[in-house]
Amino acid sequence: MEPIIIEGTPKTPSIKFDLKEGVFEIKGRSIPENSVEFYKPLNEWLDQYMQVPLDKTVVNIRLEYFNTSSSKCILDVFKRLEAIHRSKHDVEINWFYEEDDEDMLEAGEDYDSIIKVPFKMIEIVE
Amino acid sequence: MSFDLENLVSDLDIRGAVLYYKGNVDSDTITKALDLVERKLLATREAPRLRKKVYNVLVESLQNLYHHSDRVPRGYHAAKPDRFGLVVMEKIGRGYRVTTCNFVAAVRVKELEEKLTRINRSTPEEIKELYKDILNHQEITEKGLGGLGLLDIARKTGHRIDFRFKKFDNLNTAFRLSAVVAPV
Repeated sequence: MEPIIIEGTPKTPSIKFDLKEGVFEIKGRSIPENSVEFYKPLNEWLDQYMQVPLDKTVVNIRLEYFNTSSSKCILDVFKRLEAIHRSKHDVEINWFYEEDDEDMLEAGEDYDSIIKVPFKMIEIVE
Repeated sequence: MSFDLENLVSDLDIRGAVLYYKGNVDSDTITKALDLVERKLLATREAPRLRKKVYNVLVESLQNLYHHSDRVPRGYHAAKPDRFGLVVMEKIGRGYRVTTCNFVAAVRVKELEEKLTRINRSTPEEIKELYKDILNHQEITEKGLGGLGLLDIARKTGHRIDFRFKKFDNLNTAFRLSAVVAPV
């Protein structure tokens, strides 16, 4: 399966989901006005990936900012990961947040309480 | 004197504002405003936590204008009739206040007022639970998720959201929303 790689912009995150390299990462800022349009290719990619996932999928979320419309799209990504987890495959989400960024930590905790996938909160200490 | 959205912010320090903009709010305008404010916040060496909160609240405020401003009323002077708004960001004390103004259709006023009143009466824990409930159960539309932006502003600021309405005519009302981000 071909990887999905999207370069980051000042308003959208970089995305790299690559089976061969075993990298699944969303990184940067996610504050576009139309988040649905931005996340559509990733969710379509995941719909395919869900059919034949790796034995273990580790997803790294390294977001600096995200807006509320992105928050729903990110949840849609997590719901697909949850479906993979339900199909007896290992899935782990690493939620990175900067030191003292309690809002980002809380956002991760929100997702952790909604999605039934092992969540790891990782503080980035500068 | 004819009505202008600026009438709604006559009590604010527009001249000393970190950001002041009145006009059509498109994606490019939002990008430029965020870039300008970010550079100013970095220059003032605000604590990263305050800087991030202010930035977040400004993002949601500007995108509220983008998604939820109704067309300007006939008879109101505006270069473009849609997505027209005003934003002021001021330094107040050691924190910041973000204020937006726009027009809403008169038929939407009651619903908006009830939504904001409900948010202001809720405890932080209730706001958090409501946020998660909407996030998990509502479908997203091109305008976003029902009121999630306002809940996010309330959550990030921890203060009640100040709002007021001013009737323009029978069909249109001017709306002002202010949120204060205090130092943390």
